[in-house]
Amino acid sequence: MAATTSIAVEETPLALQLLCRADDALILGHRLSEWTGYAPTLEEELALANIALDLIGQARALYSYAGTLTGHTEDQLAYLRDAPAWRNCLMVELPNGDFAFSIARLLLVSAFADPFWHAATASTDSTIAAVAAKAEKETAYHLRHAAEWLIRLGDGTAESHCRAQTALDNLWPYTGELFTSPPSDGDIAPDPMPLRETWSATVSGILARATLKQPPDGWMQSGGRTGRHTEHLGHLLAEMQFLQRTYPGASW
Amino acid sequence: MVDAASLRERALAALEAVTDPEIPVLTIADLGILRGVSVHDDVVEVTITPTYSGCPAMNMITLEIETALARAGIAARIRTSLSPAWTTDWLTDAARSKLAAFGIAPPERTASRRALFGEARPVCPLCGSADTEQISEFGSTACKSLHRCRACREPFDAFKCH
Repeated sequence: MAATTSIAVEETPLALQLLCRADDALILGHRLSEWTGYAPTLEEELALANIALDLIGQARALYSYAGTLTGHTEDQLAYLRDAPAWRNCLMVELPNGDFAFSIARLLLVSAFADPFWHAATASTDSTIAAVAAKAEKETAYHLRHAAEWLIRLGDGTAESHCRAQTALDNLWPYTGELFTSPPSDGDIAPDPMPLRETWSATVSGILARATLKQPPDGWMQSGGRTGRHTEHLGHLLAEMQFLQRTYPGASW
Repeated sequence: MVDAASLRERALAALEAVTDPEIPVLTIADLGILRGVSVHDDVVEVTITPTYSGCPAMNMITLEIETALARAGIAARIRTSLSPAWTTDWLTDAARSKLAAFGIAPPERTASRRALFGEARPVCPLCGSADTEQISEFGSTACKSLHRCRACREPFDAFKCH
């Protein structure tokens, strides 16, 4: 029998919740892993690779669980879905840009992920609660690391300040989507909307210390959660999924 | 029919040889990864729990458990349990002393979320001085951060509180 080359996922409300979180983590993890070999210092290279590893690990646990509900393996969910089936927010799929852009994005996402996983430890679903118990400790590190860097860049040289401000201005229209997610059944996953206040307080506190201006909340981008992605996701998937798409079922 | 209690004892003895590939002085029992060993119909069921979400050593540890038991002639299956989530609070006292002797500062006693700013200052495992500084919160593996001792000037790893 020929190996499967593409899958369609039956998205129950729980499976959809899991995919939103897993896709956010895997795509951001993949973007961070692209810094390996290019980071500005050796310590930073290790840090970004470690953060990527945490995120990919979180994604694996969530895909495994989603797999038991949908009849797929974690690898199939990662490697055999086309772009419109991905449920990540648009911000995580944007290309890395310069170091300031990557750090500003990590900060904006982590400032959300940290309180989200903290709240998810109270989930009525024991697997989600267990994944959250690990993830919330890891995201606290990610948030602290990104915050320290953004302050250093914003409050650094004229050049680093300018790059950090530009990154922030370009990323801001993507922040609204962090607070959207499909409706959850009961208390399975936290509603992201009420976390906005915590997120704003964290972000504005860090921006003030970084001497950066918080961009105004204007029109916000969206579409990722329903599969309307930027062109960048297709390129990312072409690279990430290449092996399983070209040699279906390959293993070693 | 094999005596379940003696089979379990043999399995536990075989598992004593399974160590963390990154920190070879610690066994999986020392680390708190080994959550349980039970016997069902002559098959040993080993329950383990992952440490860090993305720890690449977990795959290898699973493989080493299978190998160690197979070598002892024990049929086994491995179950991964996510809940309750692993914490560095589960490191045994023996594990903490072995870590320090190996040159890795053991984690703080009680796992808790630290404030957004302010760094951890573990005691130097080499000379015992408390005058240390952090080089990076991310070290050579997911579970370690990198530090330097101001007294003996040596760099050292610390096991992250998790």
